[in-house]
Amino acid sequence: MSEGDIGIVVNGKARRVPEGATIASLLSSLDLDRRLVVVELNEEIVRRTELDEVAVREGDRVELVHFVGGG
Amino acid sequence: MITATERLEGTDYDRPLVIAGREFTSRLIVGTGKYRSNEEMVAAIRASGAEMVTVAVRRVDLDRGNTESILHHLDPEEFFLLPNTAGCYTAEDAIRYARLGREAGLSDWVKLEVIGDEETLLPDNAQLLQATEVLVGDGFNVLAYTNDDLLVALELEKLGAAAVMPLASPIGSGLGLLNPYSIRILKSRLEVPVIVDAGVGTASDACVTMEQGVDGILMNTALAAARDPVLMAHAMRAGVVAGRAAYLAGRMPRREWAVPSSPTSGMLD
Repeated sequence: MSEGDIGIVVNGKARRVPEGATIASLLSSLDLDRRLVVVELNEEIVRRTELDEVAVREGDRVELVHFVGGG
Repeated sequence: MITATERLEGTDYDRPLVIAGREFTSRLIVGTGKYRSNEEMVAAIRASGAEMVTVAVRRVDLDRGNTESILHHLDPEEFFLLPNTAGCYTAEDAIRYARLGREAGLSDWVKLEVIGDEETLLPDNAQLLQATEVLVGDGFNVLAYTNDDLLVALELEKLGAAAVMPLASPIGSGLGLLNPYSIRILKSRLEVPVIVDAGVGTASDACVTMEQGVDGILMNTALAAARDPVLMAHAMRAGVVAGRAAYLAGRMPRREWAVPSSPTSGMLD
């Protein structure tokens, strides 16, 4: 935790990210392939084309989902 | 092993299965859950001949560092992906998952499942109808998992479902087709494809189900939980094709009494 960090919740768990962090930078810091992950920000889907523009803010709830095996 | 099966699939005997304007040669749709390994899953799906496979939408597991998507193993160019809303208990949740699935897979298709009871996994039909209406309005091709209730099936069709998918028996039970009568009634009254989803346990179940005249079968556990999923996938493929062909061929009538198959005349004194 350093100055300028903000607190967000990612997949139900608290996390700290630099202020001004975009969804794209969050994905790359987690080593996730943006083509395979779908992002929900406060229950609204963030389109893939917008990942570089949308920044997270204090208290945001982010869900990162993808396809898994299922029937 | 499947030469005869392949000979019957997609031939003059039968039309292709058409759902929402998309043609499928195979009448078998398979799931991707519960396999012992990804390699076994892909081999079983290939053996089944299925062109459409279901997938689920879940959180990326950030804690265990297991962030691999099933798309690392399944090529969307090879298989048409059908995202499901499994595990959803309300229309609201199912709609949310359907939209996430659309974003992940970039297609408007969804296997809509709204569960009403944890022990039986039977559908909550009121919530199912509500979600169907919203998703159809949102441009989705909705393939709706339901029970074998005719009135619910008719309502799903009226709301614009692309296919109605009644269960043979509860999800994961492997009990086979419990009520062929209601499945036949349902098929005879619907215009949209009827895909029996859930409950098929082995190849004879698949065959009997197809003999009712339904358009296809969706299964997962029967393959994944078989001792040899790949071999079971071959068997299921053959079972589906055999049942379909038998339906089209028209079975002989059932009789209470024996009728000899050899001439009764010309016997020795």
